[in-house]
Amino acid sequence: MWLIDSSIGRKVVMSVTGSALIFFLAFHGAMNFVALISEDGYNAICEFLGANWYALVGTVGLAALVAIHFIYAFVLEVRNIRAVGGLKRYSRKERPANVEWASQNMLVLGIIVILGLALHLTDFWSKMQLQDIMGTTASLEGLGQVSPTDGATLIGYFFGKTYVAIMYLIWLAAIWFHLSHGFWSAIQTLGWNNDKWLCRWQVIGKIVVSIIIAMFAFVVIGFWFKAHCC
Amino acid sequence: MDKNISFTLKVWRQRGPKEKGQFVSYPMKDIPTDTSFLEMLDILNEQLINKGEEPIVFDHDCREGICGMCSLYINGHAHGPATGATTCQLYMRRFNDGDVITVEPWRSAGFPIIRDLMVDRSAYDKIMQAGGYTSVNTGGVPDANSIPISKEKADLAMDAASCIGCGACVAACKNGSAMLFVSAKVSQLALLPQGQVEAARRAKAMIAKMDELGFGNCTNTRACEAECPKCVSISNIARLNREFICAKLKD
Repeated sequence: MWLIDSSIGRKVVMSVTGSALIFFLAFHGAMNFVALISEDGYNAICEFLGANWYALVGTVGLAALVAIHFIYAFVLEVRNIRAVGGLKRYSRKERPANVEWASQNMLVLGIIVILGLALHLTDFWSKMQLQDIMGTTASLEGLGQVSPTDGATLIGYFFGKTYVAIMYLIWLAAIWFHLSHGFWSAIQTLGWNNDKWLCRWQVIGKIVVSIIIAMFAFVVIGFWFKAHCC
Repeated sequence: MDKNISFTLKVWRQRGPKEKGQFVSYPMKDIPTDTSFLEMLDILNEQLINKGEEPIVFDHDCREGICGMCSLYINGHAHGPATGATTCQLYMRRFNDGDVITVEPWRSAGFPIIRDLMVDRSAYDKIMQAGGYTSVNTGGVPDANSIPISKEKADLAMDAASCIGCGACVAACKNGSAMLFVSAKVSQLALLPQGQVEAARRAKAMIAKMDELGFGNCTNTRACEAECPKCVSISNIARLNREFICAKLKD
């Protein structure tokens, strides 16, 4: 199977799963942004998704995408380390001017993203969809029982805490760097590139990724302001 | 005005493929800046021979940037700090008085060290061999320009064919990937009508050989393109990906 045993095949898997995750983030970001405009609107989205079958299928699909992307990342890294003869290579190494820092540190950025994801699932998913599946409600200090579909209250609760807001912003920055390379790299791997489009894809990628991350960041900053300045 | 500079050369010495290597420092005195890097190594080797020591082993041949034999990793760059140039086209005017210049061999599992700064790049020959033949119509001599090829395609094929197979792409890549080399060799034929007959087979065979020989996976960092002495573009890698994916989907 060429997707497993050829170098380009393995990269295609990284490219396709990565692109699918960028699509997911775009939808997730757009839905979050609703919370800034209308908290009721956001809760309606939470209710629409919840533990309905299509949301569950989507969640399982997402988990599979993350798992494949993550496992392949390590498989590729191990093979790449072996290809250069171990962790210690040159005694002096300089990064050429056109090489993005993110492109050489995708694994480190990815690990930060995964750690952030663990935090995020504990903060939100375990108190929303998981509770909905189990038919229970989560209880939070100072808030009491919170309905699984009352996402807006949870956002206000967590992003009102300064340290949580800062951690999420650091996480979002890591995702930005990861995707700023990942976007055009995914397209290059699929072979959808040439001398003219190389630069265009890089610019388009940066714009798209900045918009997606900005949607998330505005929600974090907006709810922090609501808690502290209103 | 040319001047003379003095500097320290920190060179990787390794007696054989299996032996442990180490850096050895050599003080260099009053080297004219119009000396090429390889001439400077010749001067050092002359001094070493006169002292009864073993000279430093390094690859070189044409010394005009076309054969692809020279292969030194100088101060953190494949072929040294100059861009679009091989080691033999590097001159000492790039360096300053009092510098410490670090010289290492290409380091990659695909290019094992033979001795000192010389590595075995026969893996590239094996990949080329795996590419196989190109069908050519024999018979009468064809008229000039009887096969129409657009100027754009001819230029791109020529740019890809400028690859001299020196291995700087593998040396510069943090993953030790040979994709820039393979993509240039696949592209120079994939772009032309003469190369179409075996195009799919060629891409698959060369990638299979590249993987078998233990080269890494391309992560599109673009370091290869930046260090390539012939400035071969990574759009060739996109073309190779395209050729390979299409060939596999057709299977």
